[in-house]
Amino acid sequence: MPLAATAVSKDFAVRVLFDVDLALKAGEVHALIGENGAGKSTLMKILCGYQPPSSGKVLIDGVETVLADSAAAEARGIVLIHQEFNLAEQLSVVANIFLGQEMRRGPFLDTKAMRQRARELLDELETPVEPQQRIADLSVPQRQMVEIAKALARNARVLVMDEPTAVLTARESEVLFKQVARLKAQGVAILYTSHKLDEVKAIADVVTVLRDGRNVITAPAATLSVDDMARHMVGRDVSDLFPPKRTLASSEIVLDVDRLTVPGHVEAASFALRRGEILGFAGLVGSGRTELMEGVVGLRTARGRLTVNGKPTRIRSLQDASRLGLAYLTEDRKGHGLLLDKQMRPNLTLLGLDRFVHGLIDERAEDRALDKAIADFDIRAPDRAVLVGNLSGGNQQKLLLAKTMLVEPDIVIIDEPTRGIDIGTKQQIYGFIDRLAGMGKSIIVISSEMAEVIGLSHRVIVMHAGRIVGELEGAAIGEEAIVRHAMGLEGAGRR
Amino acid sequence: MSSTVSEQPVRPTRPRFKFSVLGPLLALVLLVLLGAMLNANFLTLGNVMNVVARASSIGVIAIGATFVITSGGLDLSVGSMAAFVAGLTIIIMNAAVPVLGTGLVVVGLGMLAALVVGAAGGAANGILVTAGRIEPFIVTLGTLGIFRALITFLANGGTLNLNFQVADAYGPVYAGNILGVPVPIIVFAVIAIASEVVMRRTKFGRHAAAIGSNEHVARYSAIKVDRVRLLTYVLQGAFVGIATILYVPRFGSANSSTAVLWELQAIAAVIIGGTMLKGGFGRIWGTVVGVIILELIGNILNLQSVISPYLNQAFQGAIIIVAVLLQRSRKVGD
Repeated sequence: MPLAATAVSKDFAVRVLFDVDLALKAGEVHALIGENGAGKSTLMKILCGYQPPSSGKVLIDGVETVLADSAAAEARGIVLIHQEFNLAEQLSVVANIFLGQEMRRGPFLDTKAMRQRARELLDELETPVEPQQRIADLSVPQRQMVEIAKALARNARVLVMDEPTAVLTARESEVLFKQVARLKAQGVAILYTSHKLDEVKAIADVVTVLRDGRNVITAPAATLSVDDMARHMVGRDVSDLFPPKRTLASSEIVLDVDRLTVPGHVEAASFALRRGEILGFAGLVGSGRTELMEGVVGLRTARGRLTVNGKPTRIRSLQDASRLGLAYLTEDRKGHGLLLDKQMRPNLTLLGLDRFVHGLIDERAEDRALDKAIADFDIRAPDRAVLVGNLSGGNQQKLLLAKTMLVEPDIVIIDEPTRGIDIGTKQQIYGFIDRLAGMGKSIIVISSEMAEVIGLSHRVIVMHAGRIVGELEGAAIGEEAIVRHAMGLEGAGRR
Repeated sequence: MSSTVSEQPVRPTRPRFKFSVLGPLLALVLLVLLGAMLNANFLTLGNVMNVVARASSIGVIAIGATFVITSGGLDLSVGSMAAFVAGLTIIIMNAAVPVLGTGLVVVGLGMLAALVVGAAGGAANGILVTAGRIEPFIVTLGTLGIFRALITFLANGGTLNLNFQVADAYGPVYAGNILGVPVPIIVFAVIAIASEVVMRRTKFGRHAAAIGSNEHVARYSAIKVDRVRLLTYVLQGAFVGIATILYVPRFGSANSSTAVLWELQAIAAVIIGGTMLKGGFGRIWGTVVGVIILELIGNILNLQSVISPYLNQAFQGAIIIVAVLLQRSRKVGD
């Protein structure tokens, strides 16, 4: 047993881990699942030397070991791959792989040897990346592979991966899983967290579920169904994750997009959105879904014709879009959605600030709006003065929703509504989306999560390589059909 | 995962001691106590008024700098710009004497010119930063050199002197007082109070802080980022103009060493006051406290005989570094 924890507890202001046991075996994929705040991150950090346990022991090869820091853990072959990568963006791939343990010849760097070793590692991972490329020029999945190569260069025996697939599409995830299987065959012990339960079911040998800092169950993956896992995570039944789809009350078209082209990203995309409809946009990451919507709301230059509520219009800026009742929720809530170093109140009113300005900003009205948002969207925070960067992902997403809904848009475009959010909060957000549709708002949902697109949408539009390649409605909405379109095997994308 | 706080229902905010809020005030109190101990004249009304009046020119500039820095920008050109505006104002007033005489009309013309030229200079900086997409550090480092060269050129390497009669008519703007309060202090106070309100309670102030905090978020929140940015530089330029209006009657002249290193003092005052150098958070009253702290240090150095007053700028430099060091504790916990 290369790495194990016995009766590990951790106290911050409150106790977040209670006597947790966990044992990783060589050549085994161990999945660690639980809602946000269940203690997964803390447990992983303790195992990898980032934090000491408050009580309990960490065993390496059966021997109790006190890890001074993460470097001590890495020296023992235990490597944590962070969800937000730890790569120096301006440095090359090879420089990152050997960062802190550069090969040397005399006083100089042995660039040739490092380059060769880096190439070997990348080849092993079937990653078509040149060692000299800069990290800044790589895609997210490529960066992930570089992180893994970096871990392998450190002769990792235990690889701890924090939600590696959160930023990957289904296809990219599959490449990752192949590598995971390869590492497993080489005898590496792997601890793996994910919010995607079907994926856990597919690749894990053993599953441990944490709930409120306690190990609820550790069992072979084969004995647990996805529903079982979800039930253990939330402590209740979540079989009805998605609200039942509403019947459309009208066929009135509120948004008609005619041959919209976003140079370099989207080619002549046409679609229509009906009142009260939830329209899903599926496709691989990079297929142009986000860019198309950013073109629609004026965040990118675009050519084409737009008709909003029957009136032909031009949207040159987000301000134009807001005036017409269009709102866009970014997929990148930390980088583009919220001011992390500010409190909730200025974040909430940033988009709709005009509603609170009567000469001066009416701070009391802002406070009332925050009260209402906290109640309406069930935002949980220790106090109102907390900086938004310290809220959990789910609460950030709820705040972002509240911020957008404050301007009372008729058409809401939500990009990746539940990325990196636990299943309980997901269910809540699906409920919000459904309620908005029930209020007669029209909603576009872009999502890389198949279940989400299928479970929410009245209609699904699939994009591939910058083009709309298919439209599925009602019973035709299915995983296989979407995947075939998204891969360019069917529809207009076929060559 | 990002959840670092336990998830509980929202409770009302509790007041708590924040060093970053009270730090500048604490430093001010300590300096006042130190000054009072060193010299009996320190706390006389006359000395205090004198200190604040002398601080008012740089104070007004520092208030402008607070807006620029809060929105994530920087203006290094303010000192050179002030010298240039002063020189140009003097030339314009002198040239207008044959037509408009030496009375208040010429003085009014000079004030208007200072305001317009200052705002135009600020606009030039702002346009280069926003439309030109050049780092503000580089843009204003360049204009710092340009404005300084222009004043040297205008004065032909010497000094520009304001017509003596005009200087007499203009004098009260610096030396006069209303109900016993010197005019520069009144101007400084009015601008400070108005700016504090603008920073905290208007859309412009909120938007400037949002842009400084995260430009992407600002853009995705339908904020006209470039327009707000440009406006901060224009405001800074206009405030340089106002500072010049207060400065010109004090000496009645301008030359190549006018307002040298004012940018150091202005930026130092802003940082001491608790505004974040990287943007996102600004505090006008803090800047006012910062300006007075810097002026007091000079004053105290002049009132004692142990440390040479020539070391004044060394103290100012050291204080900026310490202030930034103290700001570290205000980072977002992760």
